[in-house]
Amino acid sequence: MWKFLLPVAAFVAIVVLFAFGLDPKRDIRALPSPLIGKPAPEFALTDVLDASRNVSNAAFKGQVYVLNVWASWCLPCRQEHEELLAISQQHVVPIIGLDYMDEREKAKQLLEQLGNPYSFVAYDTDGRTAIDWGVYGAPETYLVDTKGRVIFKFISPITQEVWEKEFLPRITAARSGA
Amino acid sequence: MNAKTLGLVLALTLALAGISAFAPAAYAQQDPPGVDAHGQLTNPALQRRFEGIVKELRCLVCQNESIADSNVELAADLRRQVREMLVAGKSDDAIFTFMTDRYGEFVRFAPPLTAKTALIWGAPFFMLLLGGAIVYRVARQRSRMPIDE
Repeated sequence: MWKFLLPVAAFVAIVVLFAFGLDPKRDIRALPSPLIGKPAPEFALTDVLDASRNVSNAAFKGQVYVLNVWASWCLPCRQEHEELLAISQQHVVPIIGLDYMDEREKAKQLLEQLGNPYSFVAYDTDGRTAIDWGVYGAPETYLVDTKGRVIFKFISPITQEVWEKEFLPRITAARSGA
Repeated sequence: MNAKTLGLVLALTLALAGISAFAPAAYAQQDPPGVDAHGQLTNPALQRRFEGIVKELRCLVCQNESIADSNVELAADLRRQVREMLVAGKSDDAIFTFMTDRYGEFVRFAPPLTAKTALIWGAPFFMLLLGGAIVYRVARQRSRMPIDE
């Protein structure tokens, strides 16, 4: 009995393990953020549209807000830009932009051409703010709750489906919990 | 040279001196203190520690390279961060903690032994034991077999 059962059990265990490993929906490059549940790192940068204007996420303290990391060189960001515009028109939640490893002029141009979904866009001059947030690519989108804690990080472009399934319920929960 | 031209020359010189005094500040890529033009730390002991640390940190853009080997911008930013922290007198542990606080344990090639990573560290020894046990059993069975059937 054991002689038969043991190899079968081992085989089933390996199949289950591989099924998890090969799940096509799983992004193997996506890493869990250690920032979840921790206070959102504060930044003091300048506005990408106006170098003389200081901007900080402290302006949204006590509110639920979204921080979207993007850049003009980032093609998937352009893909998500339209969705961000649609989201911003619903006025559900303020979206802060963080312009990552970019040239100010190019970012400006892109926003003027395609529209600006952001409350403001912070220009991360030397990538330090991005390091504080654990950014390792673009686009990345963070959700911060009323207590100023990061509650969710999404890597890769936001689609309508992602927004409705991943973000909206968390935003509602974050507001009702406060 | 009359007094007027002398005044003008003096003013120009002062203006130039003023510009050159402020020029480095306008440069985002200026070498931080303690770092020479080749990006080497001037203190050789710090440079040695730097080389050890950056080999231990994974570049998250190209996940199987260390930030010592990677050419992507993020790796360069992280190397700068490590250099600055070394110059500021931070310990190796403080630097690793800084990185794992932001990027998670994955940023380290050799994660510390915790309950979560016990499987990673334990798996090779477990496999060795398992393999050894199987070989032992098979060998014993064979030795008990009669030589001619």
